[in-house]
Amino acid sequence: MYSDMALRGWSALLILIACLACSSTLCPAQETSQKVASTNSAAGIAAWQQVYSVLTTPRCINCHTATNYPEQGDDRHRHLFNVVRGPGGKGVAGLNCATCHQSANADSTGVPGAYNWHLAPLSMEWQDTNDGILSSTAVCQSLTDHSKSGSLDGPGIVRHHEQEPLVLWAFQPGHRRDGTARSLPPLTHEQFVAATRTWVDAGMPCPQNP
Amino acid sequence: MQTYKLSVNGQTREVTADPGTPLLWVLREDLKMTGTKYGCGISACGACTVHLAGVATRSCVVPVSLVGNRPIVTIEGVGEDRVGRAVQDAWVAEDVVQCGYCQSGQIMSAVALLKSRRQPSDEDIEESMGGNICRCGTYVRIRNAIKTAAQQLA
Repeated sequence: MYSDMALRGWSALLILIACLACSSTLCPAQETSQKVASTNSAAGIAAWQQVYSVLTTPRCINCHTATNYPEQGDDRHRHLFNVVRGPGGKGVAGLNCATCHQSANADSTGVPGAYNWHLAPLSMEWQDTNDGILSSTAVCQSLTDHSKSGSLDGPGIVRHHEQEPLVLWAFQPGHRRDGTARSLPPLTHEQFVAATRTWVDAGMPCPQNP
Repeated sequence: MQTYKLSVNGQTREVTADPGTPLLWVLREDLKMTGTKYGCGISACGACTVHLAGVATRSCVVPVSLVGNRPIVTIEGVGEDRVGRAVQDAWVAEDVVQCGYCQSGQIMSAVALLKSRRQPSDEDIEESMGGNICRCGTYVRIRNAIKTAAQQLA
């Protein structure tokens, strides 16, 4: 009994000493936990940069404008034919997105298509009003702000990147009118989804500097 | 080649065509409905506009395989509709047409606009009709005719 109590007392003393030591420096447990968090955050930010590299390719960002019109092409010029955003991001009566864009690419004519072709809402703009691409930090903060991202949480963003027809289209954008293939994002769809998942699992960290 | 059943102006029509054939050529060549015009073939001029499930659509860039069961209305059938009739009457009243080549597409877009907005502003008209090109420059008369039709429908 006595030896048991003595053992408990020594243990408590050792813990106390360890905690006092940890109050000024890092104890091993804290250090490990901070290292893991820091590693997670670094991995998360690295994954985010991969995600950002896809989001800012013309296939994605051309319809994430901050203006009243979509863009076209790798040079991201204003959409021809005076196409405008319209109240729901689907153009206006008489000149809707669906006036030309059908549910699949039309390779015989070069018009791209996917289900429910439309512009992203203005709250999801990834460009400024001069058509300049927003910084990595700004786009990241936009995605993690529920008021801007259509209430998508982390799993929702993964699902969106995994299943949304317009996202899938970006990786199979078909051919231009002249028969040449449209340029692709820098990652495959599988890599993009994996990077998104890594970023989300790391707590969706955003880079501090643009 | 594949066989498709299309609903055109309320009638079921059967056509056999390559899946990538644009709807425009099915209408003009297979169904001999030549009111819908070929202008540019790249959806840049609007001459080929028809309605697909009520949406003004450039038939020159829609493969027949993607039409599905959406009803098609062409310039030959749009006058059966109250709005379509009012627009065609206004077009005559305002003497819009010069050479006339683009006008079937203009009318189809104008009908789509008026079905969505019964009293369109000048801005609405410019935005909705911006994809329909007229080399004769009848734009002012087109705008007047749309407003005349809107009054007729009020």
